[in-house]
Amino acid sequence: MNHLQSLEAHSVFILREAYAKLGRLGLLWSIGKDSTVLLWLAKKAFFGHCPFPFIHVDTSYKIPEMIVYRDKVVADLGLELIVHQNKEALAAGMSPGNGRLVCCKALKTDALNSMTKTHGFDGLIVGVRRDEEGSRSKERVFSERNSSDEWDYTNQPPELWGQFKTDFPKGHHVRVHPLLQWSEIDIWRYIDAEKIPVIDLYFAKDGRRYRSLGCAPCTGRIRSEATTVPQIIEELSATTVSERAGRAQDQEDAYAMQKLRKDGYM
Amino acid sequence: MAGDMTEGGAREKLKLVFTGHVDHGKSTVIGRLLFDAGSLNDGAVAKVRRIAAETGQPFEFAHLLDAFEEEQKQGITIDTTQLQFRTEKRDYVIIDAPGHKEFLKNMISGASDAEAAFLVVDAERGVEEQSRRHAHMLSLLGIRQIGLVVNKMDLVRYDRKVFESVGREASECLAGLGLEINSRIPLSGLKGENVVRPSTRMPWHRGPTLAGALDGLKKSTSPAGRGLRLPLQAVYKFDDRRILAGRVESGRVKIGDRVLISPGRKTATVTSLAAWLDKDLKDEASAGESVGLMINEEFFHRRGDVVSLEDDPPLISDRIKASVFWMGRTPLKPRGRYKLKLASAEVEAEISEIDNLIDSSTLALAPKPARVGFNEVAQVEIRLQRPLALDLFSRHQGTGRFVLVDGHDVAGGGIVTWAEERSDIKFGFVHGELKARCEIFEEYYYNVDEMSVSKAAPERPLYTLGDRVPLTGASYRYPELFDIVIFRDRMAVLVRDGRVAGMLPLGEYSYQGAPLVNGRGFGVLVRSQDDWLKARADFEALTPANESELARRWLDFNTYRRIVIGGNDFQI
Repeated sequence: MNHLQSLEAHSVFILREAYAKLGRLGLLWSIGKDSTVLLWLAKKAFFGHCPFPFIHVDTSYKIPEMIVYRDKVVADLGLELIVHQNKEALAAGMSPGNGRLVCCKALKTDALNSMTKTHGFDGLIVGVRRDEEGSRSKERVFSERNSSDEWDYTNQPPELWGQFKTDFPKGHHVRVHPLLQWSEIDIWRYIDAEKIPVIDLYFAKDGRRYRSLGCAPCTGRIRSEATTVPQIIEELSATTVSERAGRAQDQEDAYAMQKLRKDGYM
Repeated sequence: MAGDMTEGGAREKLKLVFTGHVDHGKSTVIGRLLFDAGSLNDGAVAKVRRIAAETGQPFEFAHLLDAFEEEQKQGITIDTTQLQFRTEKRDYVIIDAPGHKEFLKNMISGASDAEAAFLVVDAERGVEEQSRRHAHMLSLLGIRQIGLVVNKMDLVRYDRKVFESVGREASECLAGLGLEINSRIPLSGLKGENVVRPSTRMPWHRGPTLAGALDGLKKSTSPAGRGLRLPLQAVYKFDDRRILAGRVESGRVKIGDRVLISPGRKTATVTSLAAWLDKDLKDEASAGESVGLMINEEFFHRRGDVVSLEDDPPLISDRIKASVFWMGRTPLKPRGRYKLKLASAEVEAEISEIDNLIDSSTLALAPKPARVGFNEVAQVEIRLQRPLALDLFSRHQGTGRFVLVDGHDVAGGGIVTWAEERSDIKFGFVHGELKARCEIFEEYYYNVDEMSVSKAAPERPLYTLGDRVPLTGASYRYPELFDIVIFRDRMAVLVRDGRVAGMLPLGEYSYQGAPLVNGRGFGVLVRSQDDWLKARADFEALTPANESELARRWLDFNTYRRIVIGGNDFQI
């Protein structure tokens, strides 16, 4: 097996473990490249079927093309999609103007947490990767969240030999991370090898492209001439700029992501 | 499977872990390695620079890995990190494992799937308690490729004698565990000597730098060369295909193979390997691959079963000995009950005996301890509630290791060192030397879609005197008091108050008035000792020619058993 094949096989193993061991399961789909690869892996794991719903936490500030693309994929693949918004916060005027971390917490973390409770999910499959940023590099594959959706990162369970923590007190839920050991360039090489369709925003227009997708006000484009997947791979092989450099919320505080993620952020 | 062999996809990737005593400088060495090799992105370096400026502290290479605020403020690694690193030769995943005793479970999480390990030892302080403990864990985790990094050489004026003395000490420690050191590197993580750049201060060192030593490591030999072990994760029936899904732990499987599925010991032929996309269809799969097997038999299989080739089966056992490392807050105790998870199987387990406690520093054995505490290692004997398909760790790692769950938490890990083979008997009763097969607790389902009858093996296939038996199932119901007469093994089993109350050879059995059931769960129409002697004589003379006549004469098919009709979702 080559490297991509072994990454794929391991992710499929994780998805099947989650389906076998967790009760109500959902897959967080952000429209981006990582969760699109997750969708593909789920199809492989379950032989063309997707035995759980997809969830999109919509902040209402997403780049408009993302929503158009989302609805098209859902229709094309016949997916069961749950869209969730923190309507109260939006009605009260929540926006990045209130402070980026405040806004992220309200429209993403709080929305995600209330969605988890409303739908009674025991497990959420999330496409985070270790190489994205520091606190994610310390994550477990099966990562427990308590009944207040908090992550106790100072006391994570042992995880060895493909044996994940699958026993939880009632009211807790598990974040399942099948892509934890993939890197950004692995994702693109896999998209290339498998010919997986991805949203156009990743390809350069007028000398700029999105490297990481998020909310329109807080996500910047990078300078790039890459208009195809192989060109993106080539560009990434040479870069020393981090993937999330265009994500403004990360830069708010040295420990911004650790703090957001402790409260339940993905 | 991703079929395209792109340059990036085909590059070799090796996972290695850095272990060692707290404060011996593992994170600094790795941070320096990544920094000097230019493997860090600007964002990560800028962030550490910014934190250094904000706190007025010097730039710390370790902070490139110790991302948590608590880790940076306390100057220790709390949890394991994985980072990617590449050389001309190949890609690496570098795992930083915490050295502090409190976080041994995090060290184990990081190290458990590494192919090689570097033990980092402080030149000034030499081998310390956690160095030894980590080395012991590496031996239990089955990691055989070990390198020695003697760090902080700048503190001992780059003295060759210090390096050699620490090397001897470490070699002795590892030799006691049956481990050998493959490479030795004197270096300074802080100053960057011998990490990527060869040191001019240690011209006496003839060996490679740390970066050079990485490329000298061997990729672990693939378990594909060994016998097939494929633990089932699930049996899927999403459409008209019935797919046995799992990951090949070792060996290979191909279409046409005769396979054995344990512990039920059912044989079948592989008819195809299922896939979503046509491009992924293939004839063969080997170790590491996640597959979907389709077979030509309709027996009931479930998560936890192990597929092997017919002539190379796993052991079937409910009594094992193991070396166990304990990570639980509550000590492991004799008679303690835990959930044991081995590959995809789960079973209730009882610690029947703690044979020895092993001192990780000296490897001395303390016999019959009253408990095994946090971070301790012991040799134990375990009873499983039902037999599992498993292997000795020395033969098959994937099916020879397990974790113990205490309450909600994974509290221990273990490797199987001995197992009592129980495959001599399939399903049934055992009492001393007496054994009898029987199928009276198996469930029969008629599957409407497939027009076939499926049989499901019971949860606990072996019963002995005093055991409660499952009197009621979906497709059968027996009284509290009855006798089972098993003609093929010439044994009788007495059930009283729902428990096995006696077992004796058929020749010594006499009719006492209890209802009679045969080995398949059908009533035997016997009302007196005379009837019994006639029935016994008839069945002893059973031939294929008189089989149906005898069945009509003696058997009652309606009282105890019925067949449950099911659709696609017929599994229980």
